[in-house]
This record gives sequence, C-alpha cells and structure tokens, in this order.
Amino acid sequence: MCAIACAEAWRGDGEIVASPIGTVPTVGARLAALTFSPDLVLTDGDALVIAEPLPVGAPADFPKVVEGWLPFGKMFDLLWWGRRHVMMGATQVDRFGNQNIACIGLWEKPKAMLLGVRGAPGNTVNHTTSYWIPNHSPRAFVERVDFVSGVGYDRVPASAAVHEIRVVVSNLGVFDFDTPDHSMRVRSVHPGVTVDEVQSATGFELQVNGDVPETRMPTDEELRLIREVIDPQSLRDTEVKA
Amino acid sequence: MGDKRTTESEVAAELRDGMTIGIGGWGSRRKPMTILREILKSPVRDLTVVSYGGPDVGMLCAAGKVKKVVYGFVSLDSIPLEPHFRSARQSGAIEAMEVDEGMLQWGLKAAAMRVSFLPCRAGIGSSVMDVNPSLKTVRSPYDESEELVAMPALPLDVAIIHANRADARGNGQYLGPDWFFDDLFCMAAKRRFMSCERIVDTADLLKEGSEQTLKINRMMTDGVIEAPGGARFTSCAPDYARDEELQREYATTPWEEFGPKWLEMS
Repeated sequence: MCAIACAEAWRGDGEIVASPIGTVPTVGARLAALTFSPDLVLTDGDALVIAEPLPVGAPADFPKVVEGWLPFGKMFDLLWWGRRHVMMGATQVDRFGNQNIACIGLWEKPKAMLLGVRGAPGNTVNHTTSYWIPNHSPRAFVERVDFVSGVGYDRVPASAAVHEIRVVVSNLGVFDFDTPDHSMRVRSVHPGVTVDEVQSATGFELQVNGDVPETRMPTDEELRLIREVIDPQSLRDTEVKA
Repeated sequence: MGDKRTTESEVAAELRDGMTIGIGGWGSRRKPMTILREILKSPVRDLTVVSYGGPDVGMLCAAGKVKKVVYGFVSLDSIPLEPHFRSARQSGAIEAMEVDEGMLQWGLKAAAMRVSFLPCRAGIGSSVMDVNPSLKTVRSPYDESEELVAMPALPLDVAIIHANRADARGNGQYLGPDWFFDDLFCMAAKRRFMSCERIVDTADLLKEGSEQTLKINRMMTDGVIEAPGGARFTSCAPDYARDEELQREYATTPWEEFGPKWLEMS
C-alpha cells in the first residue's frame, strides 16, 4: 500500500532520475519504472544507472544491465539541471512542507543531532521533492520544524529554479499542497484509516476538501511485481508495519 | 623522477594545531583511515575538519582533536547517525558549519579555482542561512531577481585521501564506481597526501582500469603511502566492502574502550 502510494509520486515524470531514499520509496520507484513510468532513470543506489530495476537488498554481484553512470559529482550537476525527483525521509515536516533531517532542538546545541541537512536545501530549490514518513505522529508532523533542511512553500526564494513538494507519503495516507495557501492537504487515506485518525496523529490542522478518497489498492500485477521481482525478501516490512 | 613515497606518521607530523584539514571519501566509504590513525596518535589539536563526514569526523571528535567541523552530513551509511559526532554536537564541544552537500562542493571548487566565492542556489530559503551568519548572498548583475548564496571558498591546509592504486610519483587511480570529491579536496589544499591499496609501476596503471580512472595526477599530491586495507573499516570498492562488524563495534563501544584498541590495529 505505502509502496503504491510512493510509486504514484513519480507518475507522469518521464525521462528523469528518480532518487528514492529508503526501502519503501525504492520499491515504489522501481514499481513505477516497471509499470506506468517506464522512462524513469534509476540507479542501483550507488553510482550506476541500471536498465532493469534490481530487487531491493540485491547483493553487489547481482547481475545487472548498466546503462549509465552517475557518481555524486555528476548527480550534483544533474540536480542543478533539474531532471530529478527525489523522495527523501523527514524526521519532521510542517504545514507548508518544510522538512527537517538536521537536528531536534536548537541547532547551536541540539537536543538530538541527526544527519545534517544533506542535499535537502539544494534539492528543494532545483527539482521536485517528495517525502516518506513511515511513522505518522504529532512528533513527525509538526506545526513548525526545528530546522529547515528542505525548503517549504512559505519560504520559497525568488531564485528557486523550480519549487514543488509533490507529496508526503506516510503510513496513514498521502498528503499534498494543492490548496490556495499551499498548506498541507489530505489527498487520500490508506484503506482502514479515517481522516480523524490522521488529524489526531498530526500536530497541525490539515486541510480537507470534501470526501477524502482512499489510497488506491495495488493491482494483481503490481502485487506480483512487488512480491516476486522488486522485494522478494519483504524488506519493505522492516520499514513500516503493513 | 620524483619519488613521493612517505609514511602516515610523516603526514601526521606535518599537521599543526589549528590547521584546516580536508578528508576525502564519503560517509563510511574510502576514508584514509591509516593516515587518520596516526593523526589521532599525534598531539595535534584544534583542527577544522572539512568532510563528507563519516567515522573520520567521529573519531577526531571523540579524540578531542576538533575545534570545528564543516559538513553537509556525518553518517556511517549502514548506521545512519554517527555517535561520536552527535555527542560532540549535543554537548557543544565543537563548533559547526553546516551546509548543503552541494555548497560544500562549491566551497572546495572555489578554493581550487582561487576565487573567494561561487554563486550557489542551494541554501537559500533553508535554515542554513540562519545558522551561518557569515554566509552572504549575491545578486546577479544580469538578473536583479536572482539572489544566490555567495558560497565562500574553503581553502585547506592539508588534504588526505585514499585511492585504489597509485604510483610512486603520486598519480592516483580509482577503480570503484565513484571517486567522490577527492580531486577537489586535493586542489583546494596546500599540502596533499594520498594513501592507496597498492603502489604499482607507472607503466602498469592502465592494466586494471581505463585512462578515465586516473583521477588524481601527480600535480595534485605531495606524498603517497602504500597502505593495503588503508580504508578499513570503511569500504574501498572494488578491493573490499565495509567491515560492518568492526563498524558496529566502533559505533556501540565507548571511545575510551574502542579508541586504544583501534590505535593499536594495523
């Protein structure tokens, strides 16, 4: 379910690099490439561009057809160029899609130091970005992030080449910013989850227009691809409870 | 022809208190760990460390060698958060300059190009601008609406990197899929030292890889060290994978206990 929601993020993206961070986004990107977004460019998670999506967790010597090469230096060039849609994690995300992976508390002396901003500031002003949050809670969906790593809709600089936070996918639903003030909206809830449950797990008021649809179920063919081709070891289950 | 072979301890002896040192590799990948070990053993302190950070940064912090870290992230890859770096940040023991990964690249590139800054889109709008008050912006002379970060050059006193192969003259070769930014680290530094898995005859450099693998040429290095396994426990593709067991031990053992053991390893 979450993998389908992640895959949908890349629908219609055409011939660009899909950069999924984390297992479920990786399953999603590879599923999208095998089905409705066949032109997506995928790497092996390292520097090689591979023509046929690999199973997640494949050993280094797993046979692969290499069609290109994107070491970090080339990936940074490509990022400026804009032909990329990354799905990053987020320790915190807020109403306007600001993302934090740097630290909790004051940056000067953090309560918890996390990864650092990584490429989030550059990603969000150069190309489309989405987020994956496997543990939807008021601690992750906050009114204000402690530190802006990825830039949200209320802080978009004039010099941004583009700015699009396409979706936030969580274990409860899918969220977007398709509202007049670009504040977060419930796009869909996963089957068995109610909008009230989502709202009570969120630290700010979500926008809801009308009846919120359910996130679509995978087709039989998508399920087969996930179970047999993309993630035969069920690594996705270690990241999120089904 | 010049023979640049040297040793890790000679490299460590070049360092002075307060110097800025750049370390090649990325996260827990191809870090010059044997050079680092001799630096840890040396009396040097108050270093400013510029790195796509991994256990190099963590160990230097744990050993009390660091005044300031310039980074976009510090991570052990398979273990996302670096424990000793976190402790140092959370206790306020070190100063920090936290920037986007691309800004770090631009800072090294500016130093390599001998300009004081390069215009950079990454950073604008993020909290990076708030916590680094020294960062200034620049407006395009061609388009008034385009305001970019003037990413300052990050000149280094010393750069240390680890390659797969090298020759005694200081040419370096990368056989793995990514050489990261090792070339920029060398070009941004006054003194440059490269360890490698094996020193080979210059005439043999192309036996294992194409000419495109010769990323470091001898103008970019002052010293070369043959150090088989010199990146362990970090990975050094294709020569070896990361030693996950040793990394786990490093990450879960207090430095007071792990450190002395690590310093004795060879």
